[in-house]
Amino acid sequence: MGGAKSSIGYVRTEMLGEKPPPPTSVGVIGWMRQNLFSDILSTILTLLSLYLVYSVLAGVLPWMLKGIWNASSLNECREIIAESYGEGTEAACWAVIRERFWQLMYGFYPSDMYWRPNLALILLFAALAPVLFDKAPRWMLVFSVAVPFIGPWLLWGGTIWTPVAAFLGFVIGFFVNRYVARATGTLAGLLAGVVAAIVWWLFLAEAFSDALASVLPLAIETVESRKFGGFMLAITLGITGIALSFPLGIVLALGRQSNLVIVKSLCVGFIEFIRGVPLITLLFVASVLLNYFLPKGTEFDIILRVMIMITLFSAAYMAEVIRGGLAALPRGQYEAADALGLTYWQAQRLIIMPQALKISIPSIVSTFIGLFKDTTLVSIIGLADPIGWAKLIQSNAEWNGIVWELYGFIAFVFFIFCYLMSRYSMYLERKLQTGH
Amino acid sequence: MTTATEPSKGSFRLSMLLYDTRYRSTTIQVVALLGFMLAAAWLINNVIENLAASGKTFDYRFLWEPAGYDINQRLIEYNSQSTHARAAVVGLLNTLLVAAMGCVTATVIGVFLGILRLSRNWIVSRLAAVYVEAFRNVPVLLWIVLVMAIAIEFFPAPRDFKGENPAATMKFFDMVAITNRGVYLPRPQFANGFGDVVLFGGAWSLNLNVVAVLAVLIASFWISGRIRRWADRVQEETGDRPATWHMRLAVIVLPTAVLLWALGFHFQYPVLKGFGFKGGIHMRNSLLALWLALSLYTGAFIAENVRAGIMAISKGQTEAAAALGLRPGKIMRLVILPQALRVIVPPLISQYLNLTKNSSLAIAVGYMDITGTLGGITLNQTGREMETLLLLMLCYLIISLSISAVMNYYNEKTKLKER
Repeated sequence: MGGAKSSIGYVRTEMLGEKPPPPTSVGVIGWMRQNLFSDILSTILTLLSLYLVYSVLAGVLPWMLKGIWNASSLNECREIIAESYGEGTEAACWAVIRERFWQLMYGFYPSDMYWRPNLALILLFAALAPVLFDKAPRWMLVFSVAVPFIGPWLLWGGTIWTPVAAFLGFVIGFFVNRYVARATGTLAGLLAGVVAAIVWWLFLAEAFSDALASVLPLAIETVESRKFGGFMLAITLGITGIALSFPLGIVLALGRQSNLVIVKSLCVGFIEFIRGVPLITLLFVASVLLNYFLPKGTEFDIILRVMIMITLFSAAYMAEVIRGGLAALPRGQYEAADALGLTYWQAQRLIIMPQALKISIPSIVSTFIGLFKDTTLVSIIGLADPIGWAKLIQSNAEWNGIVWELYGFIAFVFFIFCYLMSRYSMYLERKLQTGH
Repeated sequence: MTTATEPSKGSFRLSMLLYDTRYRSTTIQVVALLGFMLAAAWLINNVIENLAASGKTFDYRFLWEPAGYDINQRLIEYNSQSTHARAAVVGLLNTLLVAAMGCVTATVIGVFLGILRLSRNWIVSRLAAVYVEAFRNVPVLLWIVLVMAIAIEFFPAPRDFKGENPAATMKFFDMVAITNRGVYLPRPQFANGFGDVVLFGGAWSLNLNVVAVLAVLIASFWISGRIRRWADRVQEETGDRPATWHMRLAVIVLPTAVLLWALGFHFQYPVLKGFGFKGGIHMRNSLLALWLALSLYTGAFIAENVRAGIMAISKGQTEAAAALGLRPGKIMRLVILPQALRVIVPPLISQYLNLTKNSSLAIAVGYMDITGTLGGITLNQTGREMETLLLLMLCYLIISLSISAVMNYYNEKTKLKER
């Protein structure tokens, strides 16, 4: 055999050149053959789907594009449509959105103060940027600290010293904690800090802000809660709910996982109770029952009451989601943290939580999305969120009978918010991916 | 040998409660319990003071007083002279009705779309994805209100069905009338039979015909199950599986059919009389809107669960089954589905739970579920916020806990038996 030239005539000695793949299996045609017309069933499905898409678009697109933007009532709209496109043409009446846009967005919020919620929203994005994206400069964290105090002040107004006093509570708590912790120990320091902050907020903060307000009256006009409405209300409720329920959920999840029997059963009881009842019953509690549970004569704001309930509600769900993350961590992680000699809180902060939260990102974000969608339920207890406004507008004589335009617009805005949130969670998952 | 020295008895100091790990957890728990009890006592004290100040008491006697309001969609006998308690039961049954209907349709929609999303056909999977995203990212309340508004504004009025050349006609071979006052369906009836039996002194009545049909059906299914087990046994002993499908079909269909024929089973169809339809089952728009919206919304979530469940089964399972010589249908039925179901069913049950809780949004369209009766009109008429809301929450808690119990039972049963 060796390397000698073969004497068998029909054995090929050099490779054939590569031929191009058949034109039906590459490019657009190849893709279509593979993904749209691979067999008879697939072909039928493709044709059916195309027909479906066509008929929906053929119905909706002309209806949307022919829409009327300038009219003051539904009847006027219909007249204009009949005039310009002929009798019997179906077309949208976008005029309702144009006329009621500001109400759908801000409710009864005074129109000369729209800059305040707008500014609050811009500041909020500035505050979120360093938390959400690590490319944002670090100095923007200043916003993240300031906005929780500035934001509500911008929305509700009043003297600037109220948020300053609220902020000072945290500062005082922090320093007392530092001092006491150095003198005695961590746990005592924590307790002392919390007690000091609570004492400040309950007894001293008001006097402090009143005193400063009389010396230096820096204030903007107060806006009452019942003037809040539209998407502004939904976003306010959503953002506060998200911001507050996340830490509360972590605490509840840790409580449920802890081996302190009493703490654990308190947390389990709370979580199971909240998850067992619909949000609407809790909102009823907020609107008619909560005053019974507070000292006589306490009157506090319905929006605040609703916020508390929404926060508690989604904190229970958040706790379950985070508990799922905690349970998914291998035991070795807990044991390794113990072996390193970390204390409970150090282990949670440095080892357990970063991993558990990463595992549960998709579920956390869907809880947030659920919370934002659930803010629409406040329309049932009489707050004027977008759906409440839609009903108000519908009951108006001029716009009686309008359906698709109004609800379509509201659905579209909600869709944008929720879709962006779910996209962000996918981005975050990819970014934090450390597996192979 | 020295033994470990016991800590001397007198050395206990108060600070050890905080810094000694032996006592620390107890300290924390006692503090937590005290805090909880203090908070609870404070709240209860406030409640007592506030109730006293407004001259109210806490009792449930109002439940036995006449309700004085009407409920138009109901499963059991009820009139405005019935008690609040009965109104609450009517509401509870309405909740369960819409929840059961919603769970069935949502499952059908969800499984169908979940499979379509996994289709290799690009456009089909895209369309399913569009559906899922559209329904998941918009509040369910919006869907409910929207379907209700569409039903009221765009469905034909009963008068459109009149005349020589009507603007609207009845659907499905003249059996169903879809109007802006609701949907009229054929009502199943028995011409002869056992009649009703009255329980609890007239408070409840039970149709014996329905009971008889259900009993026969359950018995048939039980016998059919026995036949399947017999076939399993024969297969294990001999290797050949006897064909049983005709036997099982006959066992299930024949006795029920004979019984239905004997009882004179027929449908009463809705007919146009005067200004509206008479006869048949009247399903109001509120129920229709709630049912459709909840099904479409929850269906989108279930579709995602189904997709995730099927994708969780590794490809190796399919290939191994194929290597054993199983046909595609059997691969799905014997290998993929049993494993996928273990992943799908727990989130599916929690979607059922969500649907049941979301059915409380009925109050937005005026469907009288338990939130509408007990937490709505009864609350407003009697002014007993505390009692009604506590009872309402208790009802939902019981429903939720029973559904969770089912889920736990399933999880326990299908748990992988590991070493």
